[in-house]
Amino acid sequence: MTTWTVATALLSHWRRRPLQFGALLSGLALATALWSGVQAINAEARASYTRAAVVLDQNGLANLVSSNGSSVPQSAFVRLRRAGWNVSPVVEGDYRFGTTRLRVIGIEPLTMPAEAQTIDLGNAGDLLSFISPPGTLVVSAGTAEKIRGQTDLALRVSDRMLDGAAFVDIGLAQRLLRRDGELSRIVVAENQRSGLEPLEKLVPTLSVREPNAETDVEHLTESFHLNLTAFGLLAFAVGLFIVYSTIGLAFEQRRPTFRTLRCLGVSLRVLAVLLLAELVLFALAAGAVGVAIGYLVASLLLPGVAATLEGLYGASVPGTLSLRPEWWVSGFAIAVAGTLVSSAQSLLRLTRVPLLAAAQPQTWGRSWQAGRRFQVLAAAALLALSGALLLWAEGLEAGFGVLGCLLLGASLLLPTVLSGFLTVMQRTSSRALVTWFWADARQQLPGLSLALMALLLALAANVGVGTMVSSFRLTFVGWLDQRLAAELYVAARNEGEADRLRTWLATKVESVLPISSVDAEIRGQPMQIFGVVDDPTYRKHWPLIVGLPDVWDRVASGQGVLVNEQFWRRDRLRIGDQLDLASDWKSTVVGVYSDYGNPKGQVIAGINALTSRYPQVSRLRYGLRIQPDQVADLRSRLSDEFGLPPDNVVDQAALKEQSRRIFDRTFLVTGALNIFTLGVAALAMFSSLLTLSEMRLPQLAPVWAMGITRRDLALLELLRTLVLWLVTFIAALPLGLALAWVLLAVVNVEAFGWRLPMHIFPYEWVRLGLVVLAAAVVSVFIPLRRLAGLAPSDLLKVFANER
Amino acid sequence: MERYICAIVLILAAMVIALRNLSKSYETAEGRLEVLRGIDLDLGAGDSVALTGESGSGKSTLLHLVAGLDRPDSGEIVIGGRDISKLDDRGRAGYRRTEVGLVFQQFNLVPSLDVAANIAFHAKLAGRHDPAWENELVERLGIGTLLTRYPEQLSSGQQQRVAIGRTLAARPGLVLADEPTGNLDEANGDAVLELMLSLSKGTGSTLLMATHSRRLADWLDRQVHLRSGKIT
Amino acid sequence: MSVRSIAFALAVMTMASLSGSQAASEGFAGLGSAAEGFSVPQPGLLFRFPADHGPHPDFRIEWWYLTANLEAPDGTRYGAQWTLFRSALAPREASGWSSPQLWMGHAAVTTSGDHFVAERISRGGVGQAGVVAEPFSAWIDDWQMKGLAAPGSDQLADLNVTAAAKDFGYELRLSATGPLVPHGDNGYSVKSAKGQASYYYSQPFYAVTGSLALPTGNVAVTGKAWLDREWSSQPLAEDQTGWDWFSLHLDTGEKLMGFRLRDAGEGFTSATWITAEGRPEPLPAGALQIVPVRTAKVAGRRIPVAWNVRIPSRGFDVTTTPLNDQAWMSTSTPYWEGPISFGGNVGGRGYLEMTGY
Repeated sequence: MTTWTVATALLSHWRRRPLQFGALLSGLALATALWSGVQAINAEARASYTRAAVVLDQNGLANLVSSNGSSVPQSAFVRLRRAGWNVSPVVEGDYRFGTTRLRVIGIEPLTMPAEAQTIDLGNAGDLLSFISPPGTLVVSAGTAEKIRGQTDLALRVSDRMLDGAAFVDIGLAQRLLRRDGELSRIVVAENQRSGLEPLEKLVPTLSVREPNAETDVEHLTESFHLNLTAFGLLAFAVGLFIVYSTIGLAFEQRRPTFRTLRCLGVSLRVLAVLLLAELVLFALAAGAVGVAIGYLVASLLLPGVAATLEGLYGASVPGTLSLRPEWWVSGFAIAVAGTLVSSAQSLLRLTRVPLLAAAQPQTWGRSWQAGRRFQVLAAAALLALSGALLLWAEGLEAGFGVLGCLLLGASLLLPTVLSGFLTVMQRTSSRALVTWFWADARQQLPGLSLALMALLLALAANVGVGTMVSSFRLTFVGWLDQRLAAELYVAARNEGEADRLRTWLATKVESVLPISSVDAEIRGQPMQIFGVVDDPTYRKHWPLIVGLPDVWDRVASGQGVLVNEQFWRRDRLRIGDQLDLASDWKSTVVGVYSDYGNPKGQVIAGINALTSRYPQVSRLRYGLRIQPDQVADLRSRLSDEFGLPPDNVVDQAALKEQSRRIFDRTFLVTGALNIFTLGVAALAMFSSLLTLSEMRLPQLAPVWAMGITRRDLALLELLRTLVLWLVTFIAALPLGLALAWVLLAVVNVEAFGWRLPMHIFPYEWVRLGLVVLAAAVVSVFIPLRRLAGLAPSDLLKVFANER
Repeated sequence: MERYICAIVLILAAMVIALRNLSKSYETAEGRLEVLRGIDLDLGAGDSVALTGESGSGKSTLLHLVAGLDRPDSGEIVIGGRDISKLDDRGRAGYRRTEVGLVFQQFNLVPSLDVAANIAFHAKLAGRHDPAWENELVERLGIGTLLTRYPEQLSSGQQQRVAIGRTLAARPGLVLADEPTGNLDEANGDAVLELMLSLSKGTGSTLLMATHSRRLADWLDRQVHLRSGKIT
Repeated sequence: MSVRSIAFALAVMTMASLSGSQAASEGFAGLGSAAEGFSVPQPGLLFRFPADHGPHPDFRIEWWYLTANLEAPDGTRYGAQWTLFRSALAPREASGWSSPQLWMGHAAVTTSGDHFVAERISRGGVGQAGVVAEPFSAWIDDWQMKGLAAPGSDQLADLNVTAAAKDFGYELRLSATGPLVPHGDNGYSVKSAKGQASYYYSQPFYAVTGSLALPTGNVAVTGKAWLDREWSSQPLAEDQTGWDWFSLHLDTGEKLMGFRLRDAGEGFTSATWITAEGRPEPLPAGALQIVPVRTAKVAGRRIPVAWNVRIPSRGFDVTTTPLNDQAWMSTSTPYWEGPISFGGNVGGRGYLEMTGY
């Protein structure tokens, strides 16, 4: 007998069971899809961070920046060059082309170190036109599309460029940004000749910012990607449940075939190798489908992810996906690895079980029940570990560790809890059919428990993440109301206009709140210092978390500053701590305010304290307090009197609306992944039920023979499935809430630096419950129809034939 | 579930069975297979009749038709005065629940219920749950030590004893048995059969038993021999 | 690699005057022929110093080109080069980054076994590179040629010249022992039969002391140096492919500047005989004859490194020998530039530059 014949015999199993085959492939494909989809998104985002870091920030090179947050004089660059230092100037800032705001990065291509030259500025002719008037904007294709027609400057598209940013010659940048003779920073090449005068002697007012191994954006978005990865892994695990149960059954059902083949002289080794080959083949096929679906999923989600990253962290990620080997290879790898892991037990049994042992598909999974005590122990250990991590460990990874242990522990506990529940129900019922109903449900538990565990995970994740997002939203909206207290926000275009604006406004509004800020580096972190006037608006509305009773007096008098929550938590500041705000400016922390959506630290000082240290601080933006009914009037007068463009006058409502929109977009992806995961769990349930329905006949036939109609049996089956789903759903609620609490109180604090109050949203549970109900009905539909359509002769065979 | 349990039949009467010109065929891969061809058979109340014949002679099919598990192509099955072949699915289920006790060669028991629950199961469905009677049956069948076990934990002989207990606990007017000892060795089979016969006599049930064994058939009041779907 | 390409662009524009390379004739704005708003050298102009030591932004290209033949106390011979090129994208000057003036520096030290090269490129307008006529200073980054003469006196008479790179550097002190020398017709130097020309003067009379910083250590040196000043806007004819240029210090105290611009035919030669007192005697086109006597494989190409140089009308006939065959300037636009010695009916030292090979 040739190997091929043996293989044909083995494969014929799947031809006779197309549904089982479908469940196996689709489970594996879906699991791979979500995993590789998430990986694709992560890979794309990471690539763009690296690109951003390398392209925009000359990451990997040290930079000279001003020690006090002001700009760097161009003369410092010339002084360094003439002292022999290999340095290059950069000036950057935001500039609006029509309605499109771009990050304009002015570089000097002749001195830019080769290692930082990542954008190809083209041939010599292009280069000369880059540095010659009128100048060239080097932008991404997407950006070029947006600003075409909005500028007279030549556009040059580079595929290495990031959306929303433009490289221009430094001279053009200084002109656009009105920063003649000023630089943002000076890039220091790695390659320097020896014997140079030290930097601190040449340019004492500048300090060296060492290159970061990890970019700021990468650090900030780490939690977001960890989150996505966790979701991907969860979905994959859920998918593996399907694969595990399907493969287990298929092996058991093919035991007679194995036996026959072995009797015909096929060695165990050949059999095992063939089965292994079969599995790897399936894994690769399903992996290919999975990667394809993953690509689709990722392309659908990526615009949302890009928006999220932009909104939350200001990180620019393109909305289109490229086929990077790091994720599609990992997709195939995890499909194969997952298949092998879930079939390891079956393969092992194949080699261990004696040649002539009888097939026992009906008791398949029973041995699993014997291991339940071990499961309970493992669950207890995991839950204890989760608690221990919560109490004593720190960091984002620990936060996710708490989550992981909690979820895994709880799901391991689920079969025992369900079994206990069913036993109690069985004991308390006296009617024969009711008792049987519960007893039978309990008997099915081993076969369903994996799927139910998957379901529990998916539901708990849904409840938990849903609660987190909704709590966040509620808090965020309330916080916006406090934070955006001014009715109208206006931005002057230059200092002269700002002066006229202040004078003009003095008689027309209740108060004018200047919004002035400088970029500074405090405790080694880049952050902003805002200056505020002493105004009742702040005293009444500003969202303080803690503060001294006379906090605003102290801020106004310059004795103290406020810090935002993330800075407070990250640096474990306490009220009364001293802060070095600049080389000659120390102040005391007198209060802490919540500042959602801002990844960085922030400090608020009295406006006088700020302007005395930074006389050059820009005074262009103001918040205006007026009666709400006068907003529209003032708006139009501002535009008439000063000719301010609409973008420079924004009312509170529009700002809030915009903030909310960003927020909602931010969590769109999370929602989508949630639904996908739930879908996979439903599929797991479906495939388990399908699997079980093949073993149900001997269990149902006696009951039918004793006078219960097939229709009633089917109804009871439906009811049984629904009960299991319902109980799992109910079990998922407290677990989901625990999950939400960990997310809000642990993970968020580590990831973003803010802690949020938890709110409960029972209405969302009802909605989820309905979705679950629908999924349950769908999952049981095919197995049920099969049952209801059985001919009496099929049932009768149970009693007569040797099976 | 209410409707099963509330259908209480208070008066037990042994069943009179009359089969008239009963025919049944199945579609198989090789074409139409005529299993029963015009069976006429009468059983008096309390009769015990052995149905003998070769494998494939139609014994099981006849038994299934009488049990209301399947419907004949033509003919009448008059039991206790009504033709059950005219009943719909629900009617036949009710008939099986309340009037028939079945013992098959295997898979008689509900696997998710323990022995005690299995014995009470049919009686409860039939609305004739009688703990005293069930205890007596358990004692006479010698399965008192097995009550908390599950079917898969029993030997074949033990399973068949429980199945007989389960059947008789419901005090059916008609007991139908299809090779009830076919999976047992001779000694064990004889003991089980003996118990079944004496217990069903005690309840006054009519008994129809299919067996291929002449020896066992001799234990019953009467024998009917089937060959190729016809009584000979 | 934008640095490379801008350097290339710059180099092409500048070196076009030296080499007439392929890129130039293909058209860096048709550099070879049209002047596009740039000023064009005219005969009859008299140099005005010190102003003409400074840049002429309305001309397309310009250079301050120093070569030095040096010797250590032990007799070891060295060559040193310091060059600042100016190249204009437009005929004007502006302050800040909008200046259209680009600057490129080349520095080299040649020993018998090594040739060290470095290049610097800079924008004008911000102070990173430039030239001031008085007090004279020419610089790019930390490389500098600084006048030490008092205001009012010859600004090029005393110079301090420095350059430093990763693997070499030097500091040279230059003192002129003779006057400035105009070439051609009072500084109007014709470059082709079609009339392409430049303004060109030299200071060939420097006595040098200084030190070289080499990987093997510092070396005190003395010797002679030659500074060329030249500017133009359309220096090459279309068919000219490169040039061979000699600056020779004769043991008699006389000097000779001579070049041949190569084309499809005989080429165009021009030379200036400079007496020991510094009086220029421009020789007519064709008076100078040069013939290669030995070639060497340099940077993957065959280059004539030894020459027979003759001026029959003066009975001048010498053969030059390079200090180092491999004096290859591996800059954006590469060329050969190195110290030579010569013998024949008169001996001496000098520099040879060859482009377009």
